Amino acid sequence: MPYGPHTVEDREKMLAAIGIGSVDELFADIPPELRASPLDLPGPEPELELATRLLDLAARNRTDLASFLGAGAYRHWSPPAVDQLLLRGEWYTAYTPYQPEVSQGTLQSIYEYGSLIAELVGLDVVSASHYDGAAATAEAALMCCRSTRRERVLVSHAVHPHYRQTLRTYLGDLELEEIPLVAEGEAAGTTDLAVLERLLADGDRPVAGVLAGQPTFYGLLEPMAEIGQLAHAAGALFVAVVEPVSLAVLEPPGAYGADIACGEGQPLGIPLQYGGPYLGLLASTDALVRQIPGRLVGLTTDLDGKRAFVMTLRAREQDIRRDKAASNICTNQALLALAASIYIATIGPHGLRDVAANGAARAAELEAALTAAGAPRLHPGPYLNEFAIRVPDASAVHRRLLGRGVLGGLVLAEHEPDDPAVRDALLVCATEVTTTAEIALFADALRHVLAEAVA
Amino acid sequence: MVPTDLHYTKDHEWVRVDGDRATIGITAYAAEQLGDIVFVELPDVGRTLEQFAAFGVVESVKAVSDLYAPIAGAVAETNGALASKPELVNSDPYGEGWMLRLEVGDATQLEELLEPTAYDDLVAAG
Repeated sequence: MPYGPHTVEDREKMLAAIGIGSVDELFADIPPELRASPLDLPGPEPELELATRLLDLAARNRTDLASFLGAGAYRHWSPPAVDQLLLRGEWYTAYTPYQPEVSQGTLQSIYEYGSLIAELVGLDVVSASHYDGAAATAEAALMCCRSTRRERVLVSHAVHPHYRQTLRTYLGDLELEEIPLVAEGEAAGTTDLAVLERLLADGDRPVAGVLAGQPTFYGLLEPMAEIGQLAHAAGALFVAVVEPVSLAVLEPPGAYGADIACGEGQPLGIPLQYGGPYLGLLASTDALVRQIPGRLVGLTTDLDGKRAFVMTLRAREQDIRRDKAASNICTNQALLALAASIYIATIGPHGLRDVAANGAARAAELEAALTAAGAPRLHPGPYLNEFAIRVPDASAVHRRLLGRGVLGGLVLAEHEPDDPAVRDALLVCATEVTTTAEIALFADALRHVLAEAVA
Repeated sequence: MVPTDLHYTKDHEWVRVDGDRATIGITAYAAEQLGDIVFVELPDVGRTLEQFAAFGVVESVKAVSDLYAPIAGAVAETNGALASKPELVNSDPYGEGWMLRLEVGDATQLEELLEPTAYDDLVAAG
């Protein structure tokens, strides 16, 4: 069907039909200061001149840097088949089929995605995806509240600060408390289990869910089974906030007793792209199937006994359940979920293990090089492929590293300005695409920058 | 005609009081309107319900509705058979399709409910 915009006559006819004189009158209830003001845009330009200007603007991006930045979004090699298959026109279709069973292909792609993620996290049910890891984490917290009919959620301070911010926004009037981290010793930087136990013991304010990251924002590994046991002993649910590639080598959430797993799906074949669009992963046990928001696709047989994909538990969604729906957001990232499916299927279980293991090996190499350059790790505990290093005056060091062609990770104090534990620290990461030459460049640049600071 | 020994709510629940116990379910009209019922979510035994408070959820292939307690009381028993056979609500709404039993708190609350004829009128009015 061709796209036909409304003509002036169309608009006048519609305005006359509802008895108003202008489109602006439709928005009369919105205070003027909240209405969109005209955009201050330059006029049209010839295509060639415009292309030159855009290229100039794009050239301001530094793409020459050796990057050690992770902090929730990760560089990975993606088989060219992923992008090539995504270009197929058949995928560019409504991600929400309103007569879904006619769209067997769309349903099958969601079903395959759910099956792959279920295997990765070791849980029974996977939603058709959410906006990003932070949104999926917030939905997980709300699932805990609905399921337990409790209103208090505990989140480890070591969960990504953006996710905690999103939790605060989503949870509104529900109670959200942070579990502090161990300050010193072998467990420094991980969730403080003694404090968690105390928070859970408050019988007057029962806890709906406990959220912890694996690996944490600081790259550390948490004692997930113990956190889960403490949560369950208090009648709370346990949510694992995970990074999917790590699950190829770490224990899956289902194996250590998590009721819900959530996280950012970007590392699964989705390029780094200015913070999004990304992919929110959300999975749960069968017991919580009626609490998980978003679309669920199931497999059945039709009247003729042929394999058929169906939307299941539709009735819990917003278009039917209105204000009682499991979530007020029932969209999903269908194309990116498909990218993740193609990535996992193409690279395979062995390939994914190689990606995770190589990242860990490169990170160990990075740790040795940076320690030798004068920046030892901040925390002593085990990590996978990301860790914090101790660097005096981290912001200035980070800036000077840029001058030497190195993106030296993340200045933690910029994300946690009130936390003295991370005042002099950079969060750095390595993946399978990090090279020995890049590591040498980083270590060399750091040695120089630290020497300059002393001089 | 609906059974004459029950009291009804505008939300299509029924209640049968027998001594200090009240048995609660949804009416045949409600079950028919919902269609094939696939899931009934019921409260834990011991939970205290206020009159007209939501106590659970009934889900059919096309809709999900809240269930409201016709009178106040503590949940004494729920119909465990519905977990595996939710279709009992369709086939026998006033019998095997019952949902929960309450310890009656205040029997005078029954006066706030609809008599069978009044409920018949409500259904007839659509």
